Amino acid sequence: MKIGVLALQGAVAEHLRMLEEAGAVAVPVKKVEELDDLDGLVIPGGESTAISKLMHKYGFMEAIRQFGEEKKPIFGTCAGAILLANQINGQDDFHLGLMDIKVERNAFGRQKESFEVHMPIAGVAADYPAVFIRAPYIMEVGEGGQVLAKYEDKIVVARNGHYLAAAFHPELTEDTRLHKFFLDMVKEYRS
Amino acid sequence: MVQVGTSRVKKGMAEMQKGGVIMDVVNAEQAKIAEAAGAVAVMALERVPSDIRAAGGVARMADLGIVEDVLKAVSIPVMAKARIGHFVEARVLESLGVDYLDESEVLTPADDLYHINKKEFTVPFVCGARDLGEALRRIGEGASMIRTKGEPGTGNIVEAVRHMRTMMSQIRKVQAMSYDELMAEAKNLGAPYELLEEVHKTGKLPVVNFAAGGVATPADAALMMQLGSDGVFVGSGIFKSENPEKFARAIVEATTHYTDYELIARVSKGLGTAMPGLEISKIREADRMQERGW
Repeated sequence: MKIGVLALQGAVAEHLRMLEEAGAVAVPVKKVEELDDLDGLVIPGGESTAISKLMHKYGFMEAIRQFGEEKKPIFGTCAGAILLANQINGQDDFHLGLMDIKVERNAFGRQKESFEVHMPIAGVAADYPAVFIRAPYIMEVGEGGQVLAKYEDKIVVARNGHYLAAAFHPELTEDTRLHKFFLDMVKEYRS
Repeated sequence: MVQVGTSRVKKGMAEMQKGGVIMDVVNAEQAKIAEAAGAVAVMALERVPSDIRAAGGVARMADLGIVEDVLKAVSIPVMAKARIGHFVEARVLESLGVDYLDESEVLTPADDLYHINKKEFTVPFVCGARDLGEALRRIGEGASMIRTKGEPGTGNIVEAVRHMRTMMSQIRKVQAMSYDELMAEAKNLGAPYELLEEVHKTGKLPVVNFAAGGVATPADAALMMQLGSDGVFVGSGIFKSENPEKFARAIVEATTHYTDYELIARVSKGLGTAMPGLEISKIREADRMQERGW
């Protein structure tokens, strides 16, 4: 199983390490042709505005939309979740628009309000260490979508078909359970 | 239990900046230009380093009105500088909601013996360093991110290169050492033993390490990335160039694709003149900002 991590900016090395530990072959993706032989893709945390600009510039918007339309799973964390969403609160436009969720950016405040907390994630863990950094949250999940975790009544992990979004940073911990959950999704869609 | 300001949250913030460019800005308009060009954060200042150098006198924390304007103008993180040792300036900036503080040698030091005890703060800090010992002392005090000092406001990359090469070479040396040698090396470098032990085990700094102090062109940024930087700070290099918007975009692209020479060539064409440069030997020793910090 070969998983790519979009490597334009952000926490790329951390996701590569976690995916390898979870049992996948993980490669950084800097050019669109590197998407070709992948079974799944991770869009990491970083600055969504910066990553989005580089995606536009190098043709990643069309290439990743096509990747998603081929039913290949995509996992977005923090900035990655914002990039996947088809609605961003207070903005008319969106980035990839692949996943039917509405997100709010910097929803928990500025850096000094950033936090970590242990929380249950349905089907993944009873006590998952979640690191929130200037994090967004998911306001709404579209039809057919599942809410996997909430924090203070705000949706922070959701799945919709072959798309998975987390508002926090699983790549900053040593806990590979959410990455393993994503790899199971990839297996499911490969067969 | 919910915890704010943990080491993981503070270091993690810097991890999210990796592969990106942090740009110095002196007003909201410049901050918007930087954000539109793809900056991962902006550093809100009253004057860019080359103007601080030119103005002389005592350089302090920026006018808080400017910092607030910048905080309101952009959705990306906003950093600001406090004087070395000036923990009240740091607390004031933290209270405004600044996302990251730079305890910076670009400003006139407020304490000639001690740096800020950065562990006490909820907001994370970045600090400058010229070698591994200095980097580990700052991390020991609680810095969550390191950058080379270089020589700020010069547009001359030579000092940043020297600092990054020194750090990387010392890291390789420490990694290859036997355990028996570590304590003596900690004494040598003036570094906390436990942090040196971590470098020995992992072969890298325990926090993200950016380049700063002299980056003026896309090729400068790519050079620093190849020498092992996790990202780049550009101070005077953008808004002292002939065409800031183009320069900003080109430096962002060169930082992402730092080994793609055709791309760097393409983005470097037709940029106009870079900021004027300063020869390091022409700067009086007393005016060298990199000597500030202990």
